[in-house]
Amino acid sequence: MWMSVEVNGHIYEREVTEHWTLLRFLREDLELTGTKDGCSAGECGACTVMLNGEAVNACMVLAAEADGATVETIEAEAAKGELSEIQAAFARNYAVQCGYCTAGMVMSVRELLRHNPKPTVAEIKEGIEGNLCRCTGYQQIIEAVLDVSGQITNETRGGLKYV
Amino acid sequence: MSDTTVSSVATRVGDNVQRVDDTAKLTGGAMYASDLVFAGMLHAQVKKSPHARAKIVAINTSKAENLPGVHAVLTGKELDYRIGLYVADKDILAKDAVRHFGEAVAAVAAESLDIASRAVDLIDVEYEVLPPVLSQMDALDESSPLVHPDLGSYDYVKASFSPQPGTNIPNITKIRKGDIDAGFAEAKWIVKREYTNPSVQHVPLETHVAIVEWKAGDEVTIWSSAQSPFTLRDLFCRAFKLPHNKVRVVIPHVGGAFGGKAGIHLEPLLACLSRKAGGRPVKFQATREEEFSLLPCRSALTYRIKTGVDADGRITAQKLLMYWDSGAYADYAVNVTRASAYSAGGPYDIPNAWVDAYTIYTNKPWGTAYRGFGHVEFFWGLERHMELVAQVIGMDPLEFRKKNLLKPGSTTLTGEKINEHTGDPLKCLEAAAKAINYGRLTPEEEERQARTGRRIGKGIATLHKAPAMPSFTTTAAVIKMNSDGSVVVNIALTEIGQGTATVVAQMAADRLRFPVSLVKVAVERDTDKDPFDWQTVASKGLLLTGNAVIAACDDLLRQAYSDAAQVLRAQTADLDHDAERIFIKQRPEESVTFAALSIGYVYPNGNGIGGPLIGLGRYTAQGLTSLDKETGQGLPALDWTYGAHGVIAEVDPETGEYKVIKIASAFDVGKVINPGTMRGQCIGGMIQGLGTAQCESYIYDGHGHLLNPSLTDNKILTSKDLPEEIECIAVETPQLDGPFGARGVGEHPMISVAPALANAIHDATGAELTHMPVRFEDVWRAIHNEQPIDTWVTKAPAV
Ligand code: FES
Ligand code: FES
Repeated sequence: MWMSVEVNGHIYEREVTEHWTLLRFLREDLELTGTKDGCSAGECGACTVMLNGEAVNACMVLAAEADGATVETIEAEAAKGELSEIQAAFARNYAVQCGYCTAGMVMSVRELLRHNPKPTVAEIKEGIEGNLCRCTGYQQIIEAVLDVSGQITNETRGGLKYV
Repeated sequence: MSDTTVSSVATRVGDNVQRVDDTAKLTGGAMYASDLVFAGMLHAQVKKSPHARAKIVAINTSKAENLPGVHAVLTGKELDYRIGLYVADKDILAKDAVRHFGEAVAAVAAESLDIASRAVDLIDVEYEVLPPVLSQMDALDESSPLVHPDLGSYDYVKASFSPQPGTNIPNITKIRKGDIDAGFAEAKWIVKREYTNPSVQHVPLETHVAIVEWKAGDEVTIWSSAQSPFTLRDLFCRAFKLPHNKVRVVIPHVGGAFGGKAGIHLEPLLACLSRKAGGRPVKFQATREEEFSLLPCRSALTYRIKTGVDADGRITAQKLLMYWDSGAYADYAVNVTRASAYSAGGPYDIPNAWVDAYTIYTNKPWGTAYRGFGHVEFFWGLERHMELVAQVIGMDPLEFRKKNLLKPGSTTLTGEKINEHTGDPLKCLEAAAKAINYGRLTPEEEERQARTGRRIGKGIATLHKAPAMPSFTTTAAVIKMNSDGSVVVNIALTEIGQGTATVVAQMAADRLRFPVSLVKVAVERDTDKDPFDWQTVASKGLLLTGNAVIAACDDLLRQAYSDAAQVLRAQTADLDHDAERIFIKQRPEESVTFAALSIGYVYPNGNGIGGPLIGLGRYTAQGLTSLDKETGQGLPALDWTYGAHGVIAEVDPETGEYKVIKIASAFDVGKVINPGTMRGQCIGGMIQGLGTAQCESYIYDGHGHLLNPSLTDNKILTSKDLPEEIECIAVETPQLDGPFGARGVGEHPMISVAPALANAIHDATGAELTHMPVRFEDVWRAIHNEQPIDTWVTKAPAV
């Protein structure tokens, strides 16, 4: 079908394959490969994007459903080449390892902070529960969220201990 | 250049340098193999076996071949190549028989993924289904069907492995130390137990993916998510009898690997499809479901341990029998068997030991390398056993461990003498125990216990591991200066998330005395451009590549000093440098910049001297030997990294439900290069270890069908499953031949997490757990003295 969608501030008009997901549309048609595919089944959160301002798993949404919608992906997170506050906090706290979950993780954190600018640790865990990360063990991602929401104290700042 | 000039500056090693790859990964700009697209690229799909063991009677591909958009269809019949890391036992596509559920029997390359999927559906395969052998213990039976009747005719690496033709055993590794009978004769107690764990999945977030192009003239290019470009090239060339200079392997960013992407996987199949499709590049990415059974897993293990202990609580003898479930192919499992055998007793002083470790074929997806390389699996049994032995002899488990730990002067199972530089297992154990207030409950914990009605228990476990690698493992690094005085480092050790690029940049910066911002570590790995490295595995990268990088920096500085000496009319001994210039020590104003020397120095009159500054460094593991095949004696260990975990768990004794309150882990890394990335490696491993401990496993029905190939049915831990508190501790006993004193820690955080957890649950409830993972129902059964139910192969009736 013919569709029109605004992605990261650009209007795209395209013929889309009807059974294609928003994830395939973004990655294969628009060549926005920053959003990752970790399962194509709604299980891992690697494909999280903002659809009309709400975080969704792009593999669970048909591209056609995005007709007339506004989509934001990781490619728009660093405005004018500067890392966003969330991205900078991820970098400061070593919240990135292989990076494959990172785009989805950043999107979910954005969604969390939109509703809850000062989430507790329990709320952060809840907020990123749908995003699997096999590398980091999540802890430094949680610390990044505490950091960006201004809640890092010397107690909560993670660190290596030496004996 | 004299040594004093190098050591006189503040170090950049040990600092919290931000990861050098995080901006690309945070902005979506980092390209992974799954993101790559080439002109003319075709997409592959694979027809997979629905049976665990069957004869292939016929395959009809004509409908698939006639589908418009299909460019190549392949079956095993037309492919006469054998692949195998150590035992060449695998066809690219199953030929006459299938040996596991999910095995590839045919493949298609088409213009789109959708056409390729349709074509695969159009392929008809006729099978004669046979009863599979699913348990490795059953496969040892003389009456068991043979997974590889032709085992006797396969090529294998003779120096290290011992296949037994006419059986399901592709390898036995033996270790013999001291006099086992005499050791048991000295014992006051003898404790014998069996410990088990099932197969599990690596679950990298990026599934396996590759693109291969086989052009006219046998020019092959492979883009892959593989961990080890040079080993991939070597195995590929061996299979196809191609010269190495015809095959180029390129590795972009890799979305996690954990051992599952070592070796060779999809590349040969895609190569054959590309060749048949006239040289067009062919891409395949496994679906999450395919990742579970088209690609390999971690082997299951049954571990039987018999320990003799004298009246003082000293271990006098240990008999260790390992039964590794290799699945359908030998792949890495034979080497997991070997490496586990020589580490089998843990970081303990065992005067008399006997190890027989078997690799055993079954009709299941095959086992490969997985973070820990066997140690996660056998430490489950070993460190549970230490706990149970302590209980039997009435000694505190911490005291029992301390009494038997390796110390300077002890020898390992293979006869290596430990000294004070090897590392400090005691310090690790004490640090982990202290961090959880081992041996008592704090007033807050007493209060919590009273409030919740749940019981709090504390457990500890030790670990050790040395890299499992050939005795002559070697690597190289090249460092090239740009004309502005910045540098680029080329290595073939891949960045798979572990932070290699960052710590290499730090080590190079430190050695050159440059800021890290002047050092770039090239992202992509390319066998046509990068210097050789054996593999990105085994936690050996930091030590071997680190040493090569240091040597490369020294080589580059040597060239720069020699050119500068000429320019400044001085001897190299008169010179010193900072990040910008080389100067005369006595008169620092007389200097020449690195930029001016970088691509050859030019005198005012136009004369040129010197040339591009390019440093080369090589490093080869020093002094290691092969192991004697009968006794296992020899020197296999580049370095030993010791560690220990402490776990506090809270258990509901009624239901068996439990929660991890705290995990605290200590590792003797020699020297911390980057506290942030080291902590990341450790926590990541600790949580992956908790996943293995708590819930992960393959579940089959009685026919060998995998029942849970998804992240819904095969859960890995989420953020909500984290312990309330996570503590990570570094011990620094310098490794004398390590770069800056460092040794590797990539795999270790995952090892022994499971027994530490089970020991805590044991402490809280008395539950004698012997089977991993430890699910709530297993705890309940253990509390109520019910036998664990082996659901890893469910007892569905056979057809
Ligand atoms: S790819 Fe969409 S949830 Fe995994
Ligand atoms: S950083 Fe690798 S999956 Fe999260």
